[in-house]
Amino acid sequence: MKQVSLTVNGQKLTGGAEPRTLLSHFIREELGLTGTHIGCIVGRCGACSVILDGKVVKSCMVFAQQVEGSELLTIEGLAKGAELHPIQEAFWEHHGLQCGYCTPGMILTTYDLLKDNPHPTEAEIREGISGNLCMCTGYVNIVKSVEAAAEKMSRTRRKKAIPSRSRRSR
Amino acid sequence: MMVVNPRQFELHSPTSVAEASSLLTSLDDAKILAGGQSLVPMMKLRLVSPANLVDIGRIPGLSYVKRSKDRLLIGSMTTHDDVAESPVIRKGCITLSEAASQVGDRQVRNRGTIGGTICHADPAADIPAVLLALDAEFKVVGQDSERVIRSRDFFQDLFTTSLRNGEILTEVVVPVLPPRTGGAYLKLHRAKGDLATVGVAAAITLSKSGVCADARLGLAGVGLTPLRASKAEKALKGRNPTDALISEAGEQAAAMSRPSSDIMGTAEYKREMVKVYVKRAIQECLGLAK
Repeated sequence: MKQVSLTVNGQKLTGGAEPRTLLSHFIREELGLTGTHIGCIVGRCGACSVILDGKVVKSCMVFAQQVEGSELLTIEGLAKGAELHPIQEAFWEHHGLQCGYCTPGMILTTYDLLKDNPHPTEAEIREGISGNLCMCTGYVNIVKSVEAAAEKMSRTRRKKAIPSRSRRSR
Repeated sequence: MMVVNPRQFELHSPTSVAEASSLLTSLDDAKILAGGQSLVPMMKLRLVSPANLVDIGRIPGLSYVKRSKDRLLIGSMTTHDDVAESPVIRKGCITLSEAASQVGDRQVRNRGTIGGTICHADPAADIPAVLLALDAEFKVVGQDSERVIRSRDFFQDLFTTSLRNGEILTEVVVPVLPPRTGGAYLKLHRAKGDLATVGVAAAITLSKSGVCADARLGLAGVGLTPLRASKAEKALKGRNPTDALISEAGEQAAAMSRPSSDIMGTAEYKREMVKVYVKRAIQECLGLAK
């Protein structure tokens, strides 16, 4: 057993991990963050996706001891208090979930996708979330949600851009 | 009940290649952990249970893409995503860019490495077929030795390479494709994230008069190792790439492929798909070479 320290959702946290402890299990059982779900065991379903050092990965395919000193974003870190992240809002508004099991992974993969490609086509969205399986087969609404999230986020960027320009003019 | 956890093992985190190599030599039953996107699931399913894992992810300086004259130098711990997104690789070797962007899924590409997929030597993996077709070379470092292994000498058998105990792949050297070359990687798979049922890596160079000056064809998923469709390459070289010649190349590639029947398809089906995908890959190359 070794102590592993890392920054999780902006907070420095430490927990114990055996060499064989998977990051997914470490997040749930040691850090108590159960929003990260464990689905398929073999790295196919993407339910356990998290943002590790800025990129989406499947946390069941990483050993906890490998992430010493890293930065982790889990689904718990996405909302600002009661204010949902635009991706979360979009999934809510467009019914991008049925049972909700795949949703944390879907949302974090969407987060990674939209960071690289703020205006994806439908084909790019489908390719982008291909590592995340929805067993309810709600892909139609998931794709709609991702499109809506992209739109929301670009609106937010435009809004933010206006005050910053006016600040400069002052 | 499927097993979720790997068997117990020791995890070692060396900070230099020399230290990693010495650990690999001195420890019993040790395996290198690179990106872990094949090894970790295999350990969870207990298909492999090494006693020691040497994590080379903490060694600095193994992730880079550089161009030195007519060669691309790629650090072995460079992720598939970094390979796919590199403008240097896109410009110098489009076949590799195309293949890297089709490895696994987004999450796997963010974590999986070029060195990892080469040394894992899964015959259905995308990248080894590309590197075989393009005559890439692999720089490997052992405890007191350093050598360069040609890709054609590297893939020995199913999951078996010519790496010796203690040797670590540090750099992949890929020749830059010459002017008037088109490159493509086409992959048939059942679902995104699957390995290739059939994968075709291709690069075709045209002469100024439009004759096929050079042809390179690598096949994934249809043998115990990635395969080079040499006869098909020879058939194309020095000739006008007409539809009939392209079909002939497809036939040649299918004839030398050695697929086995499995859940992804029968051997017969895969051989047919080699024909189709080789033809399509050549046509795509020709479109880009002009």
